[in-house]
Amino acid sequence: MITNFIFLFIFLFAITVFSLNLRKIIRNINLGIDVDRSDNKKIRLKNMFRVALGQSKMFDRPIAAVLHLFLYVGFIIINIEVVEILIDGIFGTHRFLAHYVNNTIYNILIGSFEILAFLVFFSCIIFLIRRNVIRLKRFFSKEMTSWPKTDANLILVFEILLMGAFLSMNAADGLLQSRNIDHYIIAGSFPVSQFITPIFSPLSSENLILLERFCWWFHILGILGFMNYVLFSKHLHIFFAFPSTYYANINNLGQFNNLQSVTNEVKLMLDPNADPFATPSSSDDNNSKLFGAKDATDLNWVQLLNAYSCTECGRCTSVCPANQTGKELSPRKIMMDTRDRIEEIGNSKQKDNKSLLGDYVTSEELWACTTCNACTDACPIDLDPLSIIMDMRRYLVMEESSAPTELNNMFSNVENNGAPWKFSAADRLNWTKIN
Amino acid sequence: MDLLKVKKMSEFVENGEKPDILFWVGSAGSFDERAQKITRAFVTILNKCNVNFAVLGEEESSSGDAAKRAGNEFLFQMQALMNIEILNSYDVRRIVTTCPHSYNTIKNEYKGLGGNYFVQHHTEYLEELIDNGELSFNNNLKGQKVTYHDPCYLGRANDVYDPPRSLIKKLGVTLQEMPRNKRNSFCCGAGGAQMFKEAEKGTNEINIVRTQEALDTKPDIIATGCPFCNTMLTDGVKNISENSAKVLDIAELIAECL
Repeated sequence: MITNFIFLFIFLFAITVFSLNLRKIIRNINLGIDVDRSDNKKIRLKNMFRVALGQSKMFDRPIAAVLHLFLYVGFIIINIEVVEILIDGIFGTHRFLAHYVNNTIYNILIGSFEILAFLVFFSCIIFLIRRNVIRLKRFFSKEMTSWPKTDANLILVFEILLMGAFLSMNAADGLLQSRNIDHYIIAGSFPVSQFITPIFSPLSSENLILLERFCWWFHILGILGFMNYVLFSKHLHIFFAFPSTYYANINNLGQFNNLQSVTNEVKLMLDPNADPFATPSSSDDNNSKLFGAKDATDLNWVQLLNAYSCTECGRCTSVCPANQTGKELSPRKIMMDTRDRIEEIGNSKQKDNKSLLGDYVTSEELWACTTCNACTDACPIDLDPLSIIMDMRRYLVMEESSAPTELNNMFSNVENNGAPWKFSAADRLNWTKIN
Repeated sequence: MDLLKVKKMSEFVENGEKPDILFWVGSAGSFDERAQKITRAFVTILNKCNVNFAVLGEEESSSGDAAKRAGNEFLFQMQALMNIEILNSYDVRRIVTTCPHSYNTIKNEYKGLGGNYFVQHHTEYLEELIDNGELSFNNNLKGQKVTYHDPCYLGRANDVYDPPRSLIKKLGVTLQEMPRNKRNSFCCGAGGAQMFKEAEKGTNEINIVRTQEALDTKPDIIATGCPFCNTMLTDGVKNISENSAKVLDIAELIAECL
């Protein structure tokens, strides 16, 4: 009985801590400015099903995609088993589901959990090899400092341990079943763990029970711990990939947003009837509405949600023409910096003097972007680093007037001659005359 | 070259006529020496097919694309609103352009500011002319090997991958794809207003990387559909091995086969 209470207490504690921390993240995301993505619900749902649930963009890189699919399906399906573990833990039952579903179905369930657990185990080992032995280039750029690398490896080791515990638990359980030990009802098929059984068979039944209980506790505590760890990890994408793809930009990639605040001002400037001495109606929100973004709180909430969803896989950076030719820019770094900065803002009691632009992202990075959309296209969950780059460029140009000199020349050419070069509009048809 | 027949929108209005399409020449197409040749090639095709088209001439102004991508949203919207006012005053419905940057901006970004037009890239429009039986060509280029570079603002930005390829194939040439093509195409380095500034410090130039990839297919011609890509790749070829391949716009390829 006492173990049931301990279990229940730990479970409720884990859930409480999880929801408190999740609420902090949601609060941080809501520090972003508003953007309306309530349109086109059907298209958005379809996109979410295709890209997040259906993993469609993962398959641009088939090896990673297949291994990832094992993890993904494994994660979802094996969590059905967690439901049973939770019930067993709270009510002190054993293999609760076996009492309620048909034997064959239960066998199929446990059997498929085992096969998936093995595939997860296998994939994690390959992933570890890719990161640490083959050392794929995209896992080693400048922004992949020690924590991001550790984070990635920790998750993989964690999953290996969890799956190991799950299979060992079943192996011990299977042995106990075959020895007709009380409480261990005959249930489940063990296509994978049967191969571990011979290792455990010399153990006495008492030790086997101990082992089975240990693995059971390790597995469930591991899952509860993992659930809480995820909120501080790049692994948050397992939840946030869904809202990120739902709220993703569904327009043509080439379409950048038109700043409404600018439209209002420009219309006023172009309106011959406007009173030049009138007090602008929007003067009071001057400090809240910047043109462009200086800090993470000047970005919109979808961009911040994106930052929390980034798995740091580096596909964006590996296709970025600026990055691939040795420039400072890395779209992945933009996403990681944004998350770090909004966390910092969310955690600090008072305003600091730092900002995303300047303390995290340099203007040199921003000016290297060709806006080619390779990064946004490559992202497996439709994140949009380009929009963040653009918003910070806008700040540099419109609030700080600090564009590179050549671009300022281009601007004045457009203003004065209506062309980015120093040619007169009167010469626009010169091309018809040359032979 | 024959004299080109070009009429301005204002002349159409004076005569109480309406053109079928408006050809948006773009700043590069109007002023850049290399791009002017693309403009001329496209107009040569339009003339050959007797297309009833207009240009804005002196009334055309920068689409604002470069200003917008450089972060100057003010300047972009000023340009856009001025252009929209002119286009709407002429009741323009249909625009064809040889510049993917103008294409993208006018098609996608003007609509939120009151400019709704049916916008086509010249390769899309030329495909249509062929389908309608108005355009056909000889096999002057037969036997040539061509590789095609996708402009980012046509390809990834607007998912136009097939019309340029289908036009190239109809010329009877061999189309040799680069390893990175269509969605995976590698930028020429000019977009996002990079055309107008020096690149940041790095280990290599973007246009050199892309041109090398194109040259590795051993082409006679590197084809593209953007005046900026054309400049970047032409510079790239000069830099890597002069005269190893010609860099031509698809309009120029077709103009050679009329």
